[in-house]
Amino acid sequence: MTATARETVLRRVQDALTRSDRPEVTVPRAYRTGRALPDGERLALFVDRLVDYKAQVRTCTAGTTATVITEALRAHGARRIGVPPGLDPAWLAGWDGEVRTDSPDIPAPRLDVLDGVVTASAVSCAETGTIFLDGAAADQGRRALTLVPDLHVCVVDLSSVRTGVPEAVAQLRPERPTTLISGPSATSDIELERVEGVHGPRTLEVVIRTDV
Amino acid sequence: MSTATGPSARGTFLGMPAVPPRSPYGTGHLRGERTFPRAAHDELGNEQLRRNLGKATHSIRAKRLDVTGELPDWEALRDAGSAIKTDTMNRLPELLEELERKVTEHGGTVHWARDGIEANEIVTRLVRRTGSDEVLKVKSMATQEIGLNEHLESQGITALETDLAELIVQLADDRPSHILVPAIHRNRDEIREIFLRQIPGVDPALAATPAELAAAARAYLREKFMTAKVAVSGANFGIAETGTLSVVESEGNGRMCLTLPETLITVMGIEKVLPRFQDLEVFLQLLPRSSTGERMNPYTSLWTGVTPGDGPQDFHLVLLDNGRTAALADTIGREALNCIRCSACLNVCPVYERTGGHAYGSTYPGPIGAVLTPQLAGMHAAKDDPNSSLPYASSLCGACFDACPVKIDIPSLLVELRHQHTEQSGTTAEKLAMKAAATVMKQPKLFTAAQRAAGLGRVVAGRSGTFSHLPPPFRGWSDSRDTPAPPKQSFRSWFASADGAAAMRAAAQDGARHTDDDSQEAQ
Repeated sequence: MTATARETVLRRVQDALTRSDRPEVTVPRAYRTGRALPDGERLALFVDRLVDYKAQVRTCTAGTTATVITEALRAHGARRIGVPPGLDPAWLAGWDGEVRTDSPDIPAPRLDVLDGVVTASAVSCAETGTIFLDGAAADQGRRALTLVPDLHVCVVDLSSVRTGVPEAVAQLRPERPTTLISGPSATSDIELERVEGVHGPRTLEVVIRTDV
Repeated sequence: MSTATGPSARGTFLGMPAVPPRSPYGTGHLRGERTFPRAAHDELGNEQLRRNLGKATHSIRAKRLDVTGELPDWEALRDAGSAIKTDTMNRLPELLEELERKVTEHGGTVHWARDGIEANEIVTRLVRRTGSDEVLKVKSMATQEIGLNEHLESQGITALETDLAELIVQLADDRPSHILVPAIHRNRDEIREIFLRQIPGVDPALAATPAELAAAARAYLREKFMTAKVAVSGANFGIAETGTLSVVESEGNGRMCLTLPETLITVMGIEKVLPRFQDLEVFLQLLPRSSTGERMNPYTSLWTGVTPGDGPQDFHLVLLDNGRTAALADTIGREALNCIRCSACLNVCPVYERTGGHAYGSTYPGPIGAVLTPQLAGMHAAKDDPNSSLPYASSLCGACFDACPVKIDIPSLLVELRHQHTEQSGTTAEKLAMKAAATVMKQPKLFTAAQRAAGLGRVVAGRSGTFSHLPPPFRGWSDSRDTPAPPKQSFRSWFASADGAAAMRAAAQDGARHTDDDSQEAQ
């Protein structure tokens, strides 16, 4: 019987390595890890990076969350919004437009009728202005929900904002589908001129809850 | 350890492992039609290309320096990145098996492909099974390397590139000229023309602005994304520990392809595996900053097998060799496999900046392409193999080594490939010259004599002190530049002369006046 491609490739890799030395390598991890900035500095850094990426930023407290989310939706003329099934209903207490709760049975093209979407987030990285969405978490929803509509209002608790990339990556659940977002969709493919919004949401509104 | 059999066993003896084969000759896009000097000669005449490239490379280069400069631990990250990749190559067999096990555990299917031909067949079979004759593509260097789009086309399947630049290149029936910004050689007016000609139903009043053109692409692809059954992607990283795959992008076309279709097929070179999930903390800092000069790219997707109720429910991972094990077998060439395809080396290379990507004839252009391409596809023994000319497509200035986030010593690899090439090729003038140089340099007396003889060159050079025409085999050099004549005197003969002795004495006394500690030694 002839060898399968799997056997052949694995044997080739073995053979290749046998042909020369394999010096032991210890990975030096002298880069910065475990950083923790005070709330104020972390917030300032995060906001600075978000704005640099053309995201729009609003801050609020637990008590004013609903008001600020409504402001963000109105600012973009949204009427019909989608939400993941586990989103805290209190967040939409001030919203008088239409709300559609997402579910896996809704075909993705139907999400195209939504003006916007409101979700929570899993963790963020201040130094890079990156928000991590956990697709398996009930308040963040499946990946298509935050991709197809043109406006994404994303709620971030300041307590979930980590200083750098290592601190943020350490919070992730590897087996879950995860999307890292740094600003809205963008391209620089034509003469290197940056254009916001190609296929993902053209507008990213980040609502940071400073006391949560 | 296996005993060598088959054609790859030539030149080996019993018990010695076989040299793995290169990417099969004549397949895929790892070899141009012309040698680098010939292709570069034509590209140099393209003024627009040079202008666009110059603007792009300088601008990305400046951004990269800004964002790498703001990290005080940048060098520590590079050290970690380099060591993680070396560790990966050392443990590649176990890591690939671990990746396979984890992907399978999470509901994915893993396929192995010995070369591009086999990978193309696997993808075709998987696409056919979906009943679709159209497949969406996320930009992928691996599928470009193996010529997947062309193969699918020959099988009656349309592959549609969804990255804006790749779409432009595809619609124009052109080739990419840069890893990161493949359509950088086109300007907005040309792109407008291409869209008007190739996209059905485009408004003839379409303005030639990047925003309007991007909007036209958005409208065109939107419908495709919503109805596609199957997509093909590459992968930036595959994590052995968890089976997690990753695609790094900006536009969201990647997210569209990775989440909306029912079936997802990912083609990944076997070298792209990383041992641990934690390693992402290093590469998610190194890659965006080196590549686009951003602190982070707009979108990164991480997925592990299949997630019920979210994204494609049928996931296939194709692990591709296509010459990678041949590169791995070469102690020096192995380093080239550490490449994470960030394109930082392209943007700092004076040769690339002037010739552009097409001159390299390979999917992988620029300094790393000049190393990786011959490693994967070989330098064919036939005269004038374009890949044999690639190791010479460099000034060896070292900028690429400085820029590389995983510290690949590209200049040394190029020198080694030049050596291999001269060893392989027949009795060329170059080989003789190299041999002569080696013999002479090994023997001090001969070296001194040769330097004296070189001094005679001044007489031939005349009053200008330059040669404008050299005899073959040096004519290629002298055709495009003047060559300074060798110095009148070699350093060794100057050092031995009365002039030299006096100058050294003066310098020593001068030094003694400044440094008391050294005074005894200087006397």
